[in-house]
Amino acid sequence: MVGVTSGMAIVATENLNKVYRVGGYELFALRDFNLHIDEGLYAAIMGPSGSGKSTLLNILGCLDRPSSGTYRLAGEDVSGLDDDLLSEVRGRRIGFIFQSYNLIAQLNVIENIEVPMFYQGLSEHKSAARAAELAGLVGLGDRLRHRPSELSGGQQQRVAIARALANDPAIILADEPTGNLDSASGAEILGILDDLREQGKTLIVVTHDAEIAARAQRVIHLLDGRIEKEVDVGA
Amino acid sequence: MLFFRLKRTFKLGVKSLWLHRLRSTLTTLGIVFGVCSVIAMLAIGEGASEAAQEAIRQLGSTNLIIETVKPPEEQADTGTVESVKHYGLTYTDAESIRNTIPDVEVIVPAREIDHEARYRNRPKSAIKIIGTIPWYTEIKPIRLVRGRFLSSTDLQHQLSVCVVDEGVARGLFLFDDPIGKDIRIFGNYYRVVGLVSVMSGPVNEGFLQASSVLEAGSGGVAGNVYIPLTTVKSRFSELNFTISGGNRSAEKVELQKITVKVASAEQVLSMRDIVDALLRRLHKDKKDYQIIVPLELLRQAARTRRIFSIVLGSIAAISLVVGGIGIMNIMLATVSERTREIGIRRALGAKRRDIIVQFLSETLVLTLLGGVLGIILGSVIPALVTYFGRMPTIITGWSLLLAFGISAMVGIVFGMYPAWRAANMDPIESLRHE
Repeated sequence: MVGVTSGMAIVATENLNKVYRVGGYELFALRDFNLHIDEGLYAAIMGPSGSGKSTLLNILGCLDRPSSGTYRLAGEDVSGLDDDLLSEVRGRRIGFIFQSYNLIAQLNVIENIEVPMFYQGLSEHKSAARAAELAGLVGLGDRLRHRPSELSGGQQQRVAIARALANDPAIILADEPTGNLDSASGAEILGILDDLREQGKTLIVVTHDAEIAARAQRVIHLLDGRIEKEVDVGA
Repeated sequence: MLFFRLKRTFKLGVKSLWLHRLRSTLTTLGIVFGVCSVIAMLAIGEGASEAAQEAIRQLGSTNLIIETVKPPEEQADTGTVESVKHYGLTYTDAESIRNTIPDVEVIVPAREIDHEARYRNRPKSAIKIIGTIPWYTEIKPIRLVRGRFLSSTDLQHQLSVCVVDEGVARGLFLFDDPIGKDIRIFGNYYRVVGLVSVMSGPVNEGFLQASSVLEAGSGGVAGNVYIPLTTVKSRFSELNFTISGGNRSAEKVELQKITVKVASAEQVLSMRDIVDALLRRLHKDKKDYQIIVPLELLRQAARTRRIFSIVLGSIAAISLVVGGIGIMNIMLATVSERTREIGIRRALGAKRRDIIVQFLSETLVLTLLGGVLGIILGSVIPALVTYFGRMPTIITGWSLLLAFGISAMVGIVFGMYPAWRAANMDPIESLRHE
């Protein structure tokens, strides 16, 4: 059922369940969820609200743990890891891009991009150089000392993308990356995501935006905590 | 690597504190005043007790001071219009002590009279006459400046000579050399044969006045004039008339003070008991004398000092705790204000430990800064107290260490909970936080 694009599965879940207990009822946010995403794939996850998109993203991002089932990220079973190890996996393997950018207000562009490298123990010297390089890559080479409040929404999201790339992660998870942007800025962001796919990055994007879905290689539709259908666009 | 990481964490802490300058300053003030009051209180306490101990030390640790005290009025016969009350130490007491107790090294009786003295036609000066014997210098820390002290010859022949101390010299002679001059006391002239200085440390007046053991310079007296005891005995009446409430009464006191010196400090306490037993017999159990043991006072002072320091220190420590609570309050506010930042950092790979270190370092920066400022201020305040309040103060090294240690501890203790709260927030919830 899955069209293999290249090599091994970087994300693989088996019979993943996420159960919330609400007043004696068991609510399945994810139910027997099986997902395989190969390295270098650009996948879009779509679905109505309450279909389990956020829960899936949190688990894939190692922010949350499944109630049962296994989740392998780059071959490593991360479903049973403790808080410290999960933090490490997040820092090393995952790059987050959020709808509301989530930059740290009191830090400038360089310092924001440095945050993930800091937690991986990179020296100040190395991380500053890498941060400057990444900022240049997303077209902000001339705004290194600006605070987020001095940047437009599109620019802020570009800083966030640079930050997501900082530790050269295995997967990049994006949650409505263009949701807060006007169409012009949104198009810029989508252009950068396309570039990342070109470079062979694995991208998983949760979106309502049909335009993103059109650029993805695979669109995964969720409904009630299950995969309703997977469509390989095949680019 | 760990060091650089800590350094960057602290830099970050300083930066975010700098963003809220007013808030940080106000929070720090709590610690500043806490630390400052710990140091100042301890310095004042230390100074006061040091002064007290110095005063006691001057009385001599191998000395036993027997003083005349007025016995309580036992007979209520107010009908008596005139009566001579005879009490206090006598020459017989001194003789008996010298003759019956073997371990006495020196015994010095003294008669003390408050009077006035005059030199030529210059204004009178209030002085204290001390009638005593040549060995007085062995029981008191007095230093001969010029001339000589009283001699046995003076004593034998009841000569009209005197030795003055620097206070009297200043008061009576101004800039003249007192040696060889005659001063007039109670109608008689006395030739000044010596000038002495009473060695005194930073004596805190009033601290020991209750026990009346200070004799130098108290009660508005310019100073002491030492006259041979025999001379005093023949010139000054031992009777003292007082009129109170229509009643005339007279008191007869031979000696105000007998000082006994023993060879070593260990003998002082047993000597006290022996002397007390002897005097009790001689005085037929009349309570008209008291025995002061400076050594015992010194020990008491040491005990008092410890309690004093503990009390002062605890009061100051309470203000530090209050400062600490202020810090905790602010840090809790900061944590909830920065919930989203915490969520972001957690998502980007920060472990709980990293978040704890981050917030704890902010608290530590605040408290250590407060500690340093408090130490500076706390060193200035005792100096001001000494300058304006004329009270001795001593800042000890350990009080600085203690204050600094406490402020660091306050930082860790009161910073721990907010930091722990921050670290245990759910990253998903935190990221959603507005």
